[in-house]
Amino acid sequence: MSKGPCEACEELLQGYLDRELTDDEVSLAESHLDGCEYCRRRYRFEVSLRRYVQTTAVERMPPGLMEKLAELRSAGA
Amino acid sequence: MGEPEPETEAHRIAAEARDRVRFEEEALELADQVYRVARRLVGSREEAEDLVQETYGRAFRSWRSYTPGTNLRAWLLRILTNLNLDRGRRIQRSPDFQPIEEGDYYLANKVAEAQGEQALDQDRVVERLSQDSIVNALSSLPHDFRDTVVLVDIGEFSYADAAQILDVPIGTVMSRLHRGRRLLKSRLADEAVS
Repeated sequence: MSKGPCEACEELLQGYLDRELTDDEVSLAESHLDGCEYCRRRYRFEVSLRRYVQTTAVERMPPGLMEKLAELRSAGA
Repeated sequence: MGEPEPETEAHRIAAEARDRVRFEEEALELADQVYRVARRLVGSREEAEDLVQETYGRAFRSWRSYTPGTNLRAWLLRILTNLNLDRGRRIQRSPDFQPIEEGDYYLANKVAEAQGEQALDQDRVVERLSQDSIVNALSSLPHDFRDTVVLVDIGEFSYADAAQILDVPIGTVMSRLHRGRRLLKSRLADEAVS
């Protein structure tokens, strides 16, 4: 496992995952992913993890809250 | 020009009432999304409900300070995070010192060690983590890190929006996000490979 050479990419991939990189950085990240199976697998894992955390951590609004919020509208109107 | 024409004044009042109703409707349409973020910022459902109600109360009162066409969800979340901070959160701000963090790949590496590299190719490899452990790991993060991770990863805000909501520079968002996610992953590692 070639961990050493990929440490810089490790950080770059976070921004790539967030779609917050500049065009140049995107090209850099993509060409690295093309050539590096180690990072490609980990990138894929990060994508699954992010999606899973997002869906699992979501709790819908409790019933009744919407009505309470609507009652707060321009008092007296 | 003298006094405004009574008719013009009536128009102005009617237009303002329409704007206000539109604002309130748009804000209410976002309530579920606002709640989702609030729920992960605080410890309990009751607290989240209170915080969202307080947020909407304030938003409805100060609707004129919202600029139409800008990101209303971010505007609401900014009120919410400020109210959350006002609720005594400031006294328990995270200390500067944090435990040593593992790298971004820490969790993936743990899984690969336990189950082999190919395990990383499967979406369901993460499903070993229970909802409880994810929720607990998120709520165990130091506040500043948690706010940022929740806004970006649960709320899907951009770095720039998160910076505006939290009133910190974008570089701070990036570093808190980075460190927060690393901490989160190190807290999930035990369960992921058990």
